[in-house]
Amino acid sequence: MLSRTADHLYWMGRYIERAETTARLLEVGARNALLPDVGGGFRNDWDAVLRALGVYDSFIDKFGEVVERNITTFLFFDADNPTSVLSCLSAARENARVVRTALTGHTWDAINSSFQELKDFQRTERSKLSLTDLAEWTLHTVSLIRGAIDGTQLRDDGYRFIGLGMAIERGDNTARLLDVKYYVLLPSLSYVGSALDQTQWTALLRSMSAYRAFKWAYRGDITATKIAHFVILNEEFPRSLLSCTRAINEHLDMLSRRYGRPSQAQGVARSMLAELAEARVGDIFDEGLHEFLTRYMRRNAEAAMIIQNTYLAGIPA
Amino acid sequence: MNTAAPNYFNEMLHGAEVRQAYQSLERWHRDMPDDLRSLKQSEAEALFRRVGITFAVYGEGGDPERLIPFDMFPRVFTAAEWRKLEKGIRQRAMALNAFIADVYDRGEIIRAGIIPEHLVTRNDAYEIAMVGIRPPRNVWSHIVGIDLVRTGPDQFYVLEDNCRTPSGVSYMLQNREIMMRMFPQLFHENRIAPVDGYADLLKKTLASVAPQKCSGDPTVVILTPGQFNSAYYEHSFLADLMGVELVEGQDLFVEGDFVWMRTTEGPRKVDVIYRRLDDAFIDPLCFRPDSMLGVPGLMNVYRSGGVSICSAPGAGVADDKAIYTYVPEMIRFYLGEAPILENVPTWQCAKKDDLKYVLENLGELVVKEVHGSGGYGMLVGPKSTKSQIEAFRSKIEEKPWNYIAQPTLALSSCPTFVDEGIAPRHVDLRPYCLVGEKVELVPGGLTRVALTEGSLVVNSSQGGGVKDTWVLAE
Amino acid sequence: MKLHIRHVTHYKFDTPVKRLIQSHRLTPADHEGQKVLEWSVSCEGAIRGSSFLSGAGDYTETVCVQGPAEDIEIIVEGTVETQDCAGVLRGHREKVLPSAYLRPTQQTQPDAAIRSLAETAVEGLDVSSGLDRAHALAAAVNDAIAYVSGETEPATTAAEALAGGKGVCQDHTHVLMSAARWVDMPARYVTGYLYSDANGQAHGESHAWAELYVDGLGWVGFDAANRCCPNDLYVRLGSGLDAQDAAPIRGLIEGQATEDLTAKVIVTDVAQQQ
Repeated sequence: MLSRTADHLYWMGRYIERAETTARLLEVGARNALLPDVGGGFRNDWDAVLRALGVYDSFIDKFGEVVERNITTFLFFDADNPTSVLSCLSAARENARVVRTALTGHTWDAINSSFQELKDFQRTERSKLSLTDLAEWTLHTVSLIRGAIDGTQLRDDGYRFIGLGMAIERGDNTARLLDVKYYVLLPSLSYVGSALDQTQWTALLRSMSAYRAFKWAYRGDITATKIAHFVILNEEFPRSLLSCTRAINEHLDMLSRRYGRPSQAQGVARSMLAELAEARVGDIFDEGLHEFLTRYMRRNAEAAMIIQNTYLAGIPA
Repeated sequence: MNTAAPNYFNEMLHGAEVRQAYQSLERWHRDMPDDLRSLKQSEAEALFRRVGITFAVYGEGGDPERLIPFDMFPRVFTAAEWRKLEKGIRQRAMALNAFIADVYDRGEIIRAGIIPEHLVTRNDAYEIAMVGIRPPRNVWSHIVGIDLVRTGPDQFYVLEDNCRTPSGVSYMLQNREIMMRMFPQLFHENRIAPVDGYADLLKKTLASVAPQKCSGDPTVVILTPGQFNSAYYEHSFLADLMGVELVEGQDLFVEGDFVWMRTTEGPRKVDVIYRRLDDAFIDPLCFRPDSMLGVPGLMNVYRSGGVSICSAPGAGVADDKAIYTYVPEMIRFYLGEAPILENVPTWQCAKKDDLKYVLENLGELVVKEVHGSGGYGMLVGPKSTKSQIEAFRSKIEEKPWNYIAQPTLALSSCPTFVDEGIAPRHVDLRPYCLVGEKVELVPGGLTRVALTEGSLVVNSSQGGGVKDTWVLAE
Repeated sequence: MKLHIRHVTHYKFDTPVKRLIQSHRLTPADHEGQKVLEWSVSCEGAIRGSSFLSGAGDYTETVCVQGPAEDIEIIVEGTVETQDCAGVLRGHREKVLPSAYLRPTQQTQPDAAIRSLAETAVEGLDVSSGLDRAHALAAAVNDAIAYVSGETEPATTAAEALAGGKGVCQDHTHVLMSAARWVDMPARYVTGYLYSDANGQAHGESHAWAELYVDGLGWVGFDAANRCCPNDLYVRLGSGLDAQDAAPIRGLIEGQATEDLTAKVIVTDVAQQQ
């Protein structure tokens, strides 16, 4: 397969996943804005959302103040914001368009119609669009695209590159969400265990559509330990770091089997998986959650870089 | 049914009779209810849209995803008609190749005084970089598109030759595909020679000109300027049918003696490049230094025998309208044969006497730019107003060498669906001749039709449409 | 004469480049005026290949460097035995028809001033006396443009150079070619090395001059900058339609880097060294 084709498929996967993350954060932010603040008035969780996406500074530069109306515009429609749903879905569609022959009709249709519908939203008066509806729509659309890919794409190398893009992006997003919650909102350990803490963690679970799943899997109170286990080490939860890393390994193994040669990326991915499979929550807290997550993101990025160099750039070895 | 002006040859009729070749089609259209016809027409359009076959009109802006109108009424050639055409096309394709090979070698035809030297060496398409190079099998133009018109039962004329990268073959293939799908019974009633072997033939042709340094199965690719090119659909369509990679310049790189393709399994050597990119853009180290579309160093690999480029850079020297006049001479000179297909008589405004004649008879002539294409920059005298003619006159006087003129031909017509049923519309034909180890062509070609009543301009960029072209088996 | 040449070109990049590719025409070909005794082109860390002799008689080679690379150095070194042939190029193996060198390029497009310089220079000289016309053109160009470095740059066109009245060998050559082509005399750009100029001044860089096609005589070199025809002080490398087309090194880098180029040419007379 041409490296450029693989590169487009890979980035298509990453952008689809990224659109979903933004939409989930929008949903959670909207919900939290309705909850009373411990200090009276309403809580404002938008700072955290913007920080989780790494666009806090550019938002402040553009709008100055965190107001919900601007948030919708910025996170959903703003073409200048690379993490907006519009930017992500346009980029996914652009990548897909170039490699249309590598996609099934269903996959292309799903991606292309999402883009067309998004265009319709753009023409609609803003006051008629609720934030929750937009977020819902995005999650629904991404599910359709994902379903088309899963249900119709051949399990060839192209499929693996889409999968790699999704798994790498998802692992990065999960780690980032967790890191923001812990690090930005709870700088002082004295907060841990307080009522505010509970709300924060609940929001985190909701942002991964995992609140109910968590409740089923871990009975009793929400504790930092249980959350960390669920989000990092639970092998049943599809957004956990362990699941993402496992997916990366699987795709890389299938690629190297297909191509009849191992890749350096496999080495990195395997050692990440080995560590996660063995790890216990206690070890993670001993290292420091932030330190652990930072290290995870760095290694995830390292794996991505090797994939880029090995498969997507086509640079002579 | 309307009848054509009597001086135009209607391909369906012989006098008042419907010719044998068209009889089943005549019945077919007569028996087709109006509502079925419009249903089929929109079905055809939907099919074209679904496969994504669109045409961006050069220089006109507008909707880049516009469809070329497809007319369902096929154009038919009998086996005997085609036999003659086929022979003539092969002959011409071989002579053109011999000419290109000659002018980059010893230039015998110039030495013999048959073609003036300046027409060759001062031609923009002539590449000094290609002098002394001998491509594999000495083939320079691998896909020769020869535009033909008909003026009578046995009169065919060559309108122009296309030696670089003639486009449109995807329409030829899709037109047939769609007709077979929509009207299978027509293909039971008539024995129609198939065209779907084209992609295989093209691939064989390209593989047959792999460089000597290539051992084993050659890797063939199509090089496209990218998705914004108006013919991108055709590039991806052909790549798909041939089962070869469609690459852009950035997908290839030069190292050592070869050209390599960047793949997920590492660099892979490329042996044959069917490029759909003009000479000027293929290598910034040899031609335009600002080209981002090409492959730096490609020409050095090519000239040292590490890769084949189809068509060869510089092949365009044979297809400009000034050289066109000499093709019959080429056929005699290189092949020692009499030309089977005739040229349209042509006046070259660069010649004093010709210029005088042209300026005196502008109202009856078709005047074209020497390097023009796509039906732009031309004057159709009988269809133009006085002021248009006068405006063109001053253009010719300013740069006479830039123009040639031809008589207005009475182009044949073929029945075409119009709102009121069918009516004769003027047509031309572009067959695609493949030159490699063998000289091959599939029966037929692309028929273009001027959809406007009375119009002689068939270019898709100016409101022309396309038709399926049948060659009846014996 | 026996000339020894050492030509070092050094490229330094402010950020490492991913890849570099160059087409080299750095090897002289034999003809009556020059015989190559030994010659080498080296470029450390480079992959070389795709070499051939072009129709114009120039040895061409392709060089690529797989990055990241911060700099590269091309060292050309060799010895050539030269003869004074009064500028006439004889015995050079080539196949291009001279008339192919009549076409103007963007850099050599004649403007009114060049056309008038050309027409004035050949006034009264019969078309059959091609050599006289060529000399007259070269002299006119030498009169019109003073040799001053730093006033023009590689992208300067012939018309701009003539208008400015100052320039270096590239500018003299472009104006002469443009003028010659205007009066239907094929002309081409030639690159090479010069031992010393007419005043005996050593030349520390590559040189360029024009070749004009004179019926009956063939290609004749004219160094309008030095108001002479190339003799045994000159070594000829290659030719083209203008400076860019004839450039001994044409290259491209992958990556966003700015390059700093230094080139040094040392031509020595082997007899004096011994």
